[in-house]
Amino acid sequence: MEGDRMSDFFFARSQMAMSLAFHIIFAALGIGMPLLMAIAEGMYLRTSKPVYLDLSKRWSRGTAILFAVGAVSGTVLSFELGLLWPGFMEKAGAIIGMPFSLEGFAFFTEAIFIGVYLYGWNRLSPLLHWLSGLIVAVSGIFSGIFVVTANAWMNAPAGFKMVDGRFTEIDPIAAMLNPASFHEVLHMTLAAFVATGFAVAAVHAFFLRRDRNNLFHRSALGIALTVACLSIPLQILSGDYSARVVGRLQPAKLAAMEADYRTQKGAPLLIGGMPNDKTRTTDYALSIPAGLSLLLDDDPNARVIGLEEFPQTNWPNVRVVHWSFDLMVAAGMAMLALAAWSGWSWWKRRPPAGHPRLLCAVVAAGPLGFVAIEAGWIVTEVGRQPWIIYGVMRTENAVTPMPGIVAPFVIFTALYVFLAFIVFFLLRRQFIETAGPVSETFATSTHA
Amino acid sequence: MLELTVAIFMLLSLILYALMGGADFGGGMWDLLAVGPRAVRQRKAIAEAIGPIWEANHVWLILVVVLLFTGFPAGFAGMMTALNIPLTAMLIGIVLRGSAFIFRKYDSRSDATQRHWSEVFGVASFCTPFFQGIILGALATGQIRLVNGQVVSGFFAGWLTPFAIACGVFALGLFAFLAAAYLTIDTQDKPDLQNDFRRRALWSGLALAPVAGVVFLTSKQGAPEMYHGLTRWWAPLLLAWTSVMSVAALVALWRRWFALARIAAISQVTLILVGWCLAQYPNLVTPDLTVSNAHAPEITLRLLVLALGAGAIVLLPSLAFLFYLFKGKETR
Repeated sequence: MEGDRMSDFFFARSQMAMSLAFHIIFAALGIGMPLLMAIAEGMYLRTSKPVYLDLSKRWSRGTAILFAVGAVSGTVLSFELGLLWPGFMEKAGAIIGMPFSLEGFAFFTEAIFIGVYLYGWNRLSPLLHWLSGLIVAVSGIFSGIFVVTANAWMNAPAGFKMVDGRFTEIDPIAAMLNPASFHEVLHMTLAAFVATGFAVAAVHAFFLRRDRNNLFHRSALGIALTVACLSIPLQILSGDYSARVVGRLQPAKLAAMEADYRTQKGAPLLIGGMPNDKTRTTDYALSIPAGLSLLLDDDPNARVIGLEEFPQTNWPNVRVVHWSFDLMVAAGMAMLALAAWSGWSWWKRRPPAGHPRLLCAVVAAGPLGFVAIEAGWIVTEVGRQPWIIYGVMRTENAVTPMPGIVAPFVIFTALYVFLAFIVFFLLRRQFIETAGPVSETFATSTHA
Repeated sequence: MLELTVAIFMLLSLILYALMGGADFGGGMWDLLAVGPRAVRQRKAIAEAIGPIWEANHVWLILVVVLLFTGFPAGFAGMMTALNIPLTAMLIGIVLRGSAFIFRKYDSRSDATQRHWSEVFGVASFCTPFFQGIILGALATGQIRLVNGQVVSGFFAGWLTPFAIACGVFALGLFAFLAAAYLTIDTQDKPDLQNDFRRRALWSGLALAPVAGVVFLTSKQGAPEMYHGLTRWWAPLLLAWTSVMSVAALVALWRRWFALARIAAISQVTLILVGWCLAQYPNLVTPDLTVSNAHAPEITLRLLVLALGAGAIVLLPSLAFLFYLFKGKETR
């Protein structure tokens, strides 16, 4: 490609990456927050303790803000698919439109019931109100599932035949149930619970450090930390499973994740280091002999395919993919350790609220779930390059002919940075404003 | 036939988007234009009217887009390429509007802060439907041309014509009118506010007539195929019905039959969109992309229709519940 087209291509990719990186945070919170909300309200229905009602009401205000931003950034994405990648949508629309349509309905249900939930406190019986919250949580999970199957298809395309560069014998169901769908869906859904759980736990742990006996924050921490600590071990297992599937479906991506240039038996596990495409070595890495073979095949002598098997034009950016992968795994392991510590302390009948050092650790771990989500998303998406449909269509052949893509990239980046700031301050305000006796503040706010 | 079914579902979603989302935009316009001693209360009434339902109202647009790229992927790719600029402008409006509305609700109650968010919300409520009208208008101009699926008419074709811009202004007027007509019912228990919105509905309804005239006149030059479509046998019939409904809405507003006015306004908007669609048929992007040459393979369309049926079973009762819960008590 010539210079101008190259820079348009670069900015189209940047705009897509930025839009997804922004949206994925709100999407994950949109899956996780309704679950926390529904658990809190369910606890209220069971125990009749007002603290749980206050909790579900306060969480719902945060959810309203996050949901609105997630909804608009999601709307933008549905257009950007065509504004930036018309070549892709023209060919793939008929194949993966199916999960997007189903996602449309799931999201619609979510939007309807979030209205019912947020504005219906005084209009519905407590049980119906709780059920509408549950519907928000379930439809949120479903809309995530459908969207991720579409992404899985880009990584493991199925349900069509290529004849002379044309897609024929299309089977949208087979496309949706492509071989990457299950592990991607599982890993992403759990990620939403892990990230939301640890982030919310961190906020309440932060307040508990100053005010140990605050019942409100103790209950909140209890729910959020439980969700997080139960999800993270499952997430580590699903991560192990995902890596094995990726090794089978996209060996070049796996090789990039592991910075593994050479095909060998008893491949070592390389942690960190400087992957070097020229020398095809990874320098300064911590190397665990036969580690990779063991992890992938449970056999220290298993043969693992390296990047050298593929022409270099078909490699993703090895450094970005490898470092992101290591970052994701490190964040995951740190959260697993924290979960183990919390579990141990709970077992010893010493709840985290009365354990200052554990509280500090929970605060520090707050962003880790989202760090892992962003890093993992980079692994999936940058690792798929140079393909937009793995092995079928190259990303550069799907980009819009529109010149000057730098303009929308700059505008949307500025817009999203602005939104991120406002969301941060508004969420902070929700906590500070309601720091007083909670039951009073809610009698008025629910009439809005 | 299947592609026609999907197209009809798209039209239905578009009509519902206009009736619900469109009225939300209108609400935002009246928010910005709120003046006089009751301005603060007018804004509050608007926010209360759209608060519980606006998230759902705007999913209709997502549904239209998803149906378009699943059912008519070539049509989607063509539109997104040729109309990249106005679509991007519309998206910026959607982002600012949706977030300003929720930020205003949860930000400080101080007048200055509320005022800032109101301005963002209001200005974006003007820009977004204006560009939506322009985009719909541009599709009919016949100036967007494709050869072998590639857009060859550049990135400025169609949407800068007088016809497209007239369509943008018409969309603005239509949504403002619709919102004011709805708000007369939402403010039933506040007679002074109801009066304000009645007056606004009457003025914007009257102002629509000359704008519609301009759209029609510019279509002769600016959208010849559509103009031709509007002179087919069914056109006078549809035009007559639309006029009857427009007049009925105005008379009902004048006589304070607000429930009737709402029904007439809804019928008016529906008939306008149906008429627009019939005049445009079978073109998606006049003249090169049509319902019959841009559609997806049959299996996709069949599954899509199935999904639409199944989705409707979940969606319609949920929507009915939402509107019953928050809008039901006025008509009871």
